[in-house]
Amino acid sequence: MRYGSKRKRQIASVVYHAAAIAGAVIMVYPVVWMIASSFKDSDLIIRTATQLIADVPTLENYVVGWKGFAGYDFGMFFKNSFVIAGISTVGAVISSAIVAFGFARCEFRFKGFWFACMLVAMMLPFQIIMIPQYIMFNRLGWVGSYLPIIVPQFFGQGFFIFLNVQFIRGLPRDLDEAAKMDGCSVYGIFVRIVLPLIKPSLVTSAIFSFMWKWDDFLSPLLYLNDPKTYPVSYALKMFSDPTVGSDWGAMFAMASLSLIPIFLIFLTMQKYLVEGIASTGIKG
Amino acid sequence: MKKDSHDSKSGKPVKSRKTLRQILCDEKVAGYVFILPFIIGFVAFMALPMLLSFGFSFTRYNILDSPVFIGLENYKTMFFEDSKFWRVFGVTMYYVFASVPLRLLAALLVALLLVRKSKLSGFYRSVYYLPSIIGSSVAVAILWKRMFASDGVINSLLGLLGIPCGIAWLGRSDTAIWMLILLAVWQFGSSMLIFLSGLKQIPVNLYEAATIDGAGWGMKFFKITFPMLTPSIFFNTVNQLITGFMVFTQSYIITQGGPRDSTRFYAVYMYQNSFTYNKLGYGCAMAWFMILVVGLLTLILFKTQNKWVYYESEG
Repeated sequence: MRYGSKRKRQIASVVYHAAAIAGAVIMVYPVVWMIASSFKDSDLIIRTATQLIADVPTLENYVVGWKGFAGYDFGMFFKNSFVIAGISTVGAVISSAIVAFGFARCEFRFKGFWFACMLVAMMLPFQIIMIPQYIMFNRLGWVGSYLPIIVPQFFGQGFFIFLNVQFIRGLPRDLDEAAKMDGCSVYGIFVRIVLPLIKPSLVTSAIFSFMWKWDDFLSPLLYLNDPKTYPVSYALKMFSDPTVGSDWGAMFAMASLSLIPIFLIFLTMQKYLVEGIASTGIKG
Repeated sequence: MKKDSHDSKSGKPVKSRKTLRQILCDEKVAGYVFILPFIIGFVAFMALPMLLSFGFSFTRYNILDSPVFIGLENYKTMFFEDSKFWRVFGVTMYYVFASVPLRLLAALLVALLLVRKSKLSGFYRSVYYLPSIIGSSVAVAILWKRMFASDGVINSLLGLLGIPCGIAWLGRSDTAIWMLILLAVWQFGSSMLIFLSGLKQIPVNLYEAATIDGAGWGMKFFKITFPMLTPSIFFNTVNQLITGFMVFTQSYIITQGGPRDSTRFYAVYMYQNSFTYNKLGYGCAMAWFMILVVGLLTLILFKTQNKWVYYESEG
């Protein structure tokens, strides 16, 4: 760098960081405002909207909100969300890894065709097929249960298959060959060699699957009709309906609670999230 | 297994069991064993529903009675009689063609700023990415509804800045849709991460060579950075167009399609026709029209990609 430009660089750096921090504040302000407001007296949320920290913080909203509606508290709704997201995630991660191995390591007829089908399945939005799926599941008598939400997850999910295929293709084949020499079958290679090596992409799949199922609103809306079975996402919507009341404090309290699992994943697993997005380059 | 051993001509049960095993271990067969879950799922939960949906689109069907064949009636109603249909279609197009480019632009600009290395870049990256992972939740939808109310925090903040404002942002048919677009643009984080990883892969020596040749900042951007990023821009555009056309939760919760249908998106109207008014046949016809539109747009994008998308050749 030339003489005298050091000061210039310092100024540029200050401007850069000031702008970046200002942008960051704007980005997170809405969420911070919601969480801060959840500790305010309900009627103060609107009156003191511009003041973030309450003069007298209160947990009242959490106590009131937790009671839920229709005789079920939010403990029930959280439990339901964990059941739905948990089982779905286990199913999606295992099945997607198995399918991905087939695509990444085996040669078979019409492979290109099935791979194209997988890409279509990955891109096709759920809304396009929700109506005929509903008709099918209705005929099977599954409406009202978790089956329509959970069962399809056990047959491989396009995005996770793709993610795992990318990862497996990046593994050296030497280990496979060595194992084959020792008489290990393809299935043995998958279970003993590949599966332990693809832990990162399994974790990434699990994280995304859990987050998406946790946030999912449309399938519960379609398939569930008994408040006892509602997950948090759907319960929040019902809770916020004007007929139940418009206690913003309680609503913000429960909305903030509903984000905690996502925040925890975000804070502890960020590396996997970033890698998953960067390596597939298409979703998030 | 037992039956196998008896049927085998050689009469050696061990050998016949081994053959079955050999068949299963043959790579050609094993491949199918591995992808079998996908094939079953694809046929049962995707291909079959799509075919059914196509069939139902020619019927009047309310789920209780059996479907009645009515030919092209649903499509006729959709295109020529249902005035709401084109309004809904137009609103959805407006939303998609405003939110997708704006979100990509925001993602690109911020990625260009954050690619600069500093002690805080990891922190910035996280903060800008955060809205992406919570943005589609019901919690944020509820928050958005409150924030942009006439007595919401946005107006309070504007008042603090000396701009007294009592607009009900979500209550006017000219501003409501922009609040939903804003919500979409706010979630630029995941595209930003994709661009960031793309930017990091651009070889530094390209820039060095350009500097030696006396290229300026703008020249470097349009001749190196942008072309190298076009593959990720392309895939992001395709993906976001498809999901954008099907946006549901935000409109359903924040505005319920109002005011005066200005935010009634395609997926919401499809849902209402099918499950509120019980016209599932009509809903299926709507779904198929959307498949056609999205398919056509994707095709156009793919056909025109060689004009602007730059793929680095190997070696």
